[in-house]
Amino acid sequence: MITYDVVVVGAGPAGLSASIEAAKSGCSVLLLDENPRPGGQLYKQIHKFFGMKEHYAGSRGFEIADLLFARAGEAGVKVSLNTKVWGIFPDGSITASGPEGSIRYKASLIILATGASENALSFPGSTLPGIITAGAAQTFANVYHVLPGKEIVMVGSGNVGLIVSYQLMQAGADVKMIVEAMPEVSGYLVHAGKVRRMGVPILLSHTIVRAVGTDHLEAVDIAELDEKMQPVPGKTERVPCDTVCISVGFSPRLDLADVGKCRIVYEPVLGGMLPWHNENMQTSMDRILIAGDLSGVEEASTALDEGRMAGTYAAYKLGRMKKEEFETEKAAIMKRLDILRSGPFGSRRKEAKKSVWEDRNFGT
Amino acid sequence: MLFRIKEHPVLEIPEVRKFNIFYNGEPLEAYEGETVAATLLAHGVKAFRRTERFHEPRGIFCGIGQCTDCIMEVDGKPNVRTCVTLVHPGMVVRTQEGCSGENEAKHDNL
Repeated sequence: MITYDVVVVGAGPAGLSASIEAAKSGCSVLLLDENPRPGGQLYKQIHKFFGMKEHYAGSRGFEIADLLFARAGEAGVKVSLNTKVWGIFPDGSITASGPEGSIRYKASLIILATGASENALSFPGSTLPGIITAGAAQTFANVYHVLPGKEIVMVGSGNVGLIVSYQLMQAGADVKMIVEAMPEVSGYLVHAGKVRRMGVPILLSHTIVRAVGTDHLEAVDIAELDEKMQPVPGKTERVPCDTVCISVGFSPRLDLADVGKCRIVYEPVLGGMLPWHNENMQTSMDRILIAGDLSGVEEASTALDEGRMAGTYAAYKLGRMKKEEFETEKAAIMKRLDILRSGPFGSRRKEAKKSVWEDRNFGT
Repeated sequence: MLFRIKEHPVLEIPEVRKFNIFYNGEPLEAYEGETVAATLLAHGVKAFRRTERFHEPRGIFCGIGQCTDCIMEVDGKPNVRTCVTLVHPGMVVRTQEGCSGENEAKHDNL
């Protein structure tokens, strides 16, 4: 059995930064990811990030992915791609199958950074080919340079729905409308402004009630909603389209945390069920830390800093970092996270995070 | 070819090697480095398989290997996730009927 100080699962922004921090402090680190390329969902982000220099403001997602991957290499992180983790055992061993078969590794600590899954939406006809997640549309357009369709209806006006709408138009598709069940736009107004200026109507208090088509999607019925979120009779319009993109939020990808017997808590603001953890990203299982969207759905910038937190705490926990150094590093990270978790959207996430951290019923 | 992006304001569209794969016996032009799902979508193919009991069409949903809605028979092997499987010259891709290969037991009595 091959032994590492830290095995990290998931090479997105959280997993990469956790690996880098732990390796920089002298831990031996193995980073596993099931995908052929590192970066998680960063590689399909072609917009420029904003914020602080620590969050690579001004860089595009795929550039950040390349940069982090290079840094991980320099720090001495061993990376295995095309490798799917399928088991975590009580003795701290972790099993993964990849190009060289199934291998069992021994880890002093495991950091799970498995990310999130896009939520589905159920309505008559919702399984028709042509109804895809917004993330799928983004992958095909930005990574493979293939449009999933030409006439698109976007469901959901969160940042993903707004950004992907804009990117599909950049790629040459016609985004016919964005529908939003809530009475106001869910994402940042700067993104909403961009799509509105390109002539895309954002229909508030509207939702998709039916999709029609035989072999694939041909049209959708869009209904106006009343204050009780019920369709208003007689206010349904049929919209011809070949693609619907669903962008109605994400849920933490819990499978491995569950296998590792981490206690699960419920926090709707952070995407629903997620592993209990504290500020140090420690779960209820002594050997398992988490970071990024798995610990509550937020943004790539928060994932970067949560990953740094998990990697730093792992190094401290394994005795590779002095207490004072850890406290200084932690204070800097927490300060940046506080800034990311401010404003009307961020402060709700901050309160939700705090309520998870302070839920001592689940603590170790 | 209808759905390939030729020009993009941000992305550079690189020239790559092209070759054929076979979709239900028909040759389709594929680009090296792309997934089976990307090739099919580029040619406007939307329905990748049919369900076991009601024979309903299914296609791409998540596009990153999580949901398994896009599985097809690839080089004779059923249940292959086409959104995370890269094309190779001469690859044989078939619409999948139900949840297993042609020679495996069907479950029509469910």
